[in-house]
Amino acid sequence: MTAQTQSQFFASLKKYYSFYTGGFITFVILLAILEQLGVPNKILGYLFLFATIGLYAGIGIMSRTADVSEYYVAGRRVPALFNGMATGADWMSAASFIGMAGTLYAAGYDGLAFVMGWTGGYVLVALFLAPYLRKFGQFTIPDFLGARYDGNLPRSIGVIAAIICSFTYVIAQIYGVGLITSRFTGLEFATGVYVGLAGILVCSFLGGMRAVTWTQVAQYIILIIAYMIPAVWLSVQQTGNPIPQIAYGYQLQKVGELEKELNDKTTARGAAEESVRQIHRDKAKAAEDKLAALKARGDAYLAEQKAAVEAKVAELKAAATPDAAAIKKAEDALAKFPADVAAATAAWKTDMTGAKAKAAPVSAHAKPFAGKDEAESAKKRKNFLALVLCLMVGTAALPHILMRYYTTPSVREARNSVGWSLFFIFLLYFSAPALAVLVKFDVYSNLVGSSFAALPAWVANWAAVDKTLMSIADINMDGIVQLAEITIGTDLVVLATPEIAGLPYVISGLVAAGGLAAALSTADGLLLTIANALSHDVYYKMIDPNAPTTRRLAVSKGLLLVVAALAAYVTSLKPGDILFLVGAAFSLAASAFFPALVLGVFWKRANRTGAVLGMLSGLGICMYYMYMTYPFFGVNAPKWWDIEPIAAGTFGITLGIIGVVVGSLLTSAPSKEIQALVDHVRYPSLEGDIQTESA
Amino acid sequence: MQLTDKHREYWRKNVQITGLLLGIWFVVTFVASFFAPQLNEISFLGFPLGFYMGAQGSLIVYVIIIWFYARRMNQLDREYGVHEEE
Repeated sequence: MTAQTQSQFFASLKKYYSFYTGGFITFVILLAILEQLGVPNKILGYLFLFATIGLYAGIGIMSRTADVSEYYVAGRRVPALFNGMATGADWMSAASFIGMAGTLYAAGYDGLAFVMGWTGGYVLVALFLAPYLRKFGQFTIPDFLGARYDGNLPRSIGVIAAIICSFTYVIAQIYGVGLITSRFTGLEFATGVYVGLAGILVCSFLGGMRAVTWTQVAQYIILIIAYMIPAVWLSVQQTGNPIPQIAYGYQLQKVGELEKELNDKTTARGAAEESVRQIHRDKAKAAEDKLAALKARGDAYLAEQKAAVEAKVAELKAAATPDAAAIKKAEDALAKFPADVAAATAAWKTDMTGAKAKAAPVSAHAKPFAGKDEAESAKKRKNFLALVLCLMVGTAALPHILMRYYTTPSVREARNSVGWSLFFIFLLYFSAPALAVLVKFDVYSNLVGSSFAALPAWVANWAAVDKTLMSIADINMDGIVQLAEITIGTDLVVLATPEIAGLPYVISGLVAAGGLAAALSTADGLLLTIANALSHDVYYKMIDPNAPTTRRLAVSKGLLLVVAALAAYVTSLKPGDILFLVGAAFSLAASAFFPALVLGVFWKRANRTGAVLGMLSGLGICMYYMYMTYPFFGVNAPKWWDIEPIAAGTFGITLGIIGVVVGSLLTSAPSKEIQALVDHVRYPSLEGDIQTESA
Repeated sequence: MQLTDKHREYWRKNVQITGLLLGIWFVVTFVASFFAPQLNEISFLGFPLGFYMGAQGSLIVYVIIIWFYARRMNQLDREYGVHEEE
């Protein structure tokens, strides 16, 4: 390999990945033929799962290495284009691939905060970080903090912050892996987690960053093909135009007309909707009354309610002709009956807000910040802007992404590489809003108004698989589906699109493989970040700087196993809300890293005291605010300026910047050597320059 | 290592370009979202403009910003003799 020049290397990479893409498409076509020959879906699901995981493991084995620079930064010769693809896969997680279109389906304009936030952040990466980090040219983000702020304290805070945000994020990914493998193969959730994890480990264990990079390129190709095919197909079907991103403007107008019709009580469909909404309104009222009574009378009321449910079970069982289904339902209700006043309050509140949401008219898809009055709209707008800010700054601070820009051959390539990264990410992100509108049009025009006796196959299938993804019930008993009778989970939109478009099962398998690629590639990058922070920054830089290469790599690989096992264990406990975990990781990274990293390059006066103060106060306030306001922790303190806990980074970033500035100005300027280091990273090449790059 | 005036000018230009592009980024992100309800009154390619910006328009501007920055800075490196060896 060393004899090869960079351009020869680039040419052969292009050749390999063209062959690979062709091979993958042939594989999908072969499976399509097998499906036509009558091979059952379950077998196809297994073939997809094991073929792709096997492929990733194969690339891992081929890229195995014992060289430190190859292990940590892929030998610093990843061309801009390929680093762009790898960053794309590293970046796009299970949440982007599976959840995003569904979030847009449910939230309309307000969901665009994620689309803008997760793309616009790359502008900050390009302008403030990538070229300078590349010039600095070491292995990890704490490396930069340690060198720029002169000491182990800033480095240690960096390590802790990197572990906190990467670990939070990796749990969300492994959860996604378990979900997809269990749904498409019928394996247990926990088994699915470990199968997926085995694939991740073979890859990163043997080849570190080098293996992860080349696998991520392969994963990007799979995930983008898997996302585009159903979207294009649906677009052709509905509009005759094969470019969904252009075609959906027209569908959006039609969705707008349908929304008006469904909200207009004088039309037949509007009146039918209204009758269902009235039932939801009554339910909300009943839940509200129960809550009021519970508040007034506490335990006594709860006991009374429980007795009523028990009585109903007994009554049903005692009937002359026992109705098995009804008894089962009543028994389930009894089993799920809340144990104490706190649990009952929470459960009934959820019932109330759910029913209230269903009772409201549908809000227009393209309408921003819909609220019942001016004040509520203003609050939504404020939170939208705050969330966009946190997601963007968080993007420019997540260590597993920034680390990727250490792997390019030069500063010049690093700059180009950010452009490619965003381009490849953009391809998926500007398709997601299109997919959301196309699916919405299908639901509003085909599913709503159809008969319960003849539901479309995809509705029946998914309702049977998982009630949280798709549930449908004839609430007003008119035999016709109304919009207020359907509940669609956010993950359904992408997973069910192939069936909505009437595509064969093989495309569903492809979508699952794409989702798996998205989750695995992100998990790979995150696990490596955590293991590297521990092995490189803690072990090599702080504990034993004389450790020989073999021992450094052995420690790193050992830690990788420990971290992966720990992450899988935590995931199998199924903690909390996945979307919140993802959002939290961004706010935490933004608060901890962004001010110290950017001011470290752009403000020579920034010094160690400033960095320590800024990082600690930013991270501290962010964690404190989440703890105080996120319902999961049960404190529920009043919010500051109505900002939601997911956007806690707003406070963290602000305080972080103030901390760096104040701390630096109160103490003396950094030494000559540090100032020379700042000049060093600012210029791609200087005469008589110092050397910071590790080979 | 002593910085020359030429080096300082390179850095000043870099900061100017960075500031200008950051300004554009701010407008298409925060100004466009803040006024999205008003922008939605305008129709663009069949979309309400406010929605279009969030779903596509701003994203395209981001790609152009990064592409322009890379091109301009790679040029500037050569003009000021701080480019890397091939």
